[in-house]
Amino acid sequence: MSTVSTPGGTRGFAGWLHNPWRKPRVLQWVTIGYLSWSILPVLIAILMSFNAGRSNTVFQTFGLRWWIDDPDQQALFQDPVLRRAIMQTYILSFVTMIVAVPLGVMFAIGIDRWRGRPANVANFAMLVTFVIPEIIIGLAMLLTVQHLFTFVKLGTFAQIAGLVTYQISYPVIIVRARLLSIGKEYEEAGMDLGASPRQSVRRVLLPLLYPAILASLAIVFADTVDDFVTVRYLSGPASSQPLSIFIYVTARASATPAVNAAATLMLVTTTVVIVLGYLGYRRVSRGQGGGDVSTFTQL
Amino acid sequence: MPETTPEVAEPSRRQLRRAEQARRSEYGAWYPRWFWPSFAIPGVMWLIVFFVVPFYAVISVAFGTIDSFRNPLPVWQPWYWTNKYISGVLGHILGTDPYLRPTYIRTFMYVAIASTICLVVGYAVAYYTARHGGKYRTLILVALISPFWISYLMRMLAWVNLLSDDGYVNVILEKLHLISEPISWLSGKDITVVLGLVYGYIPYMILPLFGYLDRIQPSLLEAGRDLGASPAQTFWRVTLPLSKPAIYAGMVIVALPMFGDYYTNNLLSGSPNTTMIGNLIDGSVITAGQGPNGAVLVLILMVILLVPMVYYLRGTLKAQEAK
Repeated sequence: MSTVSTPGGTRGFAGWLHNPWRKPRVLQWVTIGYLSWSILPVLIAILMSFNAGRSNTVFQTFGLRWWIDDPDQQALFQDPVLRRAIMQTYILSFVTMIVAVPLGVMFAIGIDRWRGRPANVANFAMLVTFVIPEIIIGLAMLLTVQHLFTFVKLGTFAQIAGLVTYQISYPVIIVRARLLSIGKEYEEAGMDLGASPRQSVRRVLLPLLYPAILASLAIVFADTVDDFVTVRYLSGPASSQPLSIFIYVTARASATPAVNAAATLMLVTTTVVIVLGYLGYRRVSRGQGGGDVSTFTQL
Repeated sequence: MPETTPEVAEPSRRQLRRAEQARRSEYGAWYPRWFWPSFAIPGVMWLIVFFVVPFYAVISVAFGTIDSFRNPLPVWQPWYWTNKYISGVLGHILGTDPYLRPTYIRTFMYVAIASTICLVVGYAVAYYTARHGGKYRTLILVALISPFWISYLMRMLAWVNLLSDDGYVNVILEKLHLISEPISWLSGKDITVVLGLVYGYIPYMILPLFGYLDRIQPSLLEAGRDLGASPAQTFWRVTLPLSKPAIYAGMVIVALPMFGDYYTNNLLSGSPNTTMIGNLIDGSVITAGQGPNGAVLVLILMVILLVPMVYYLRGTLKAQEAK
């Protein structure tokens, strides 16, 4: 391969400016700058959780004090309130995932083929839950629980109802995108071979949707771990407050590195879930086309 | 195993009829009418109970009243509705005692500035990744998506740490002799809140832009160049027009949550000097007697967001149908 020479032999700044093959240095620096601005603060915040001092703004010496070993029992894994909060985070995320994903997957399959006005209205309402600011869903649910469904107590149950409402659109959108790309030929082939409608869904369509379902499970779980708007409005007794609320409430008030440890634990959880989801996604989508990072991102 | 397996089964009359139906009608002819709706019904029920009904509850509280303990007393029957609270709040925005007006103006300013910064920076990053990412493309992509699973709280907490009076931002600025004493970034600075909003929502701008820019055929750009356009002209007259839908979609998708945001503000400022609409709503939840006002504020926010929301949803629905 020969190197590309500058056409016309122009040199200097003008030549650089008119060289169509020049490297886009400015864009490159903007991108590098953006990525560091985006990632570095988070890395520093993680580092602060390993600070042995009381500060989460100036790093002193390395230590696990705020994870497991605080003399005043205020470390993340020591404080009973925080331990309860960790449990609550996982309970909410797991149950929300288990409820929202099947509901969303079935809705997506149904709405993709069901024609007519009711279907259009339902589809529209589903998309509205996707774009509406979360505070509106949270407040609407709060008013409903307080004044209409008064048999529901504020706390875990109400939180899950609100979270599922907010999260259900993710599986719908992901599965619909997948349905569009697989088309209806496989099902038709299945039915030509004698499958009943129900069998064609269960034995042909559903396996083809496994990648999308897996991605939905991972995304809903990870997103619920981070939720604090809906969860905070619908939380009742202190025991129903997950880690996210603890972080939100204490970040500006009496913050110790235990807050950073809590945020880091959430980050580790979501990272593990997303990586597991991605690996599983690659595994089940083998031979189905797609499966690299960019397809996963475009879901 | 019995050995009487038939080689080829004669198609039954029913199967023949189904095949004929399928040939005549283009889609779904094999399925009973209730078959696909039955899949969607559980989700539809959920939406009715936990989305439509709550929304009606907001309206009932907004048009309702309060009891003697200053708790909201929703009125469920439209014929008993009063518009006392609606006109009260609207009066404070548009009318004679407009103490809520600055908040609305501020919110629009913040959102406009923050989404514009998101667009400019986001476009550059998305463009670079799509066109010049090269061998680092996957790596950059992973970095670009990472904010989606790093919680918003973690990302804000990181800035709370950095921007506090003895935080590293002040330390660095002092080392560089740009400032002589620490700036209190976290007590009501516009710039902190706007940059916080940019930081929080810019990933939602970059990904749709990247998706669009990535799909632009290089042959189109080459054609532009072949026809004598300079690189800048090719960008202005080919790339930019082609990415317009993504620009609009990206602007809407970052602006919508910003309008409902109160936490960025609470974490990075907490001062009444930077109050946004979301803070008003959040405050109404915490303060006694503010229930109906909170519901009214939500309805007003919905009206404000109606146009961008419908615009975005129509685009999404069209895309669904086109495929």
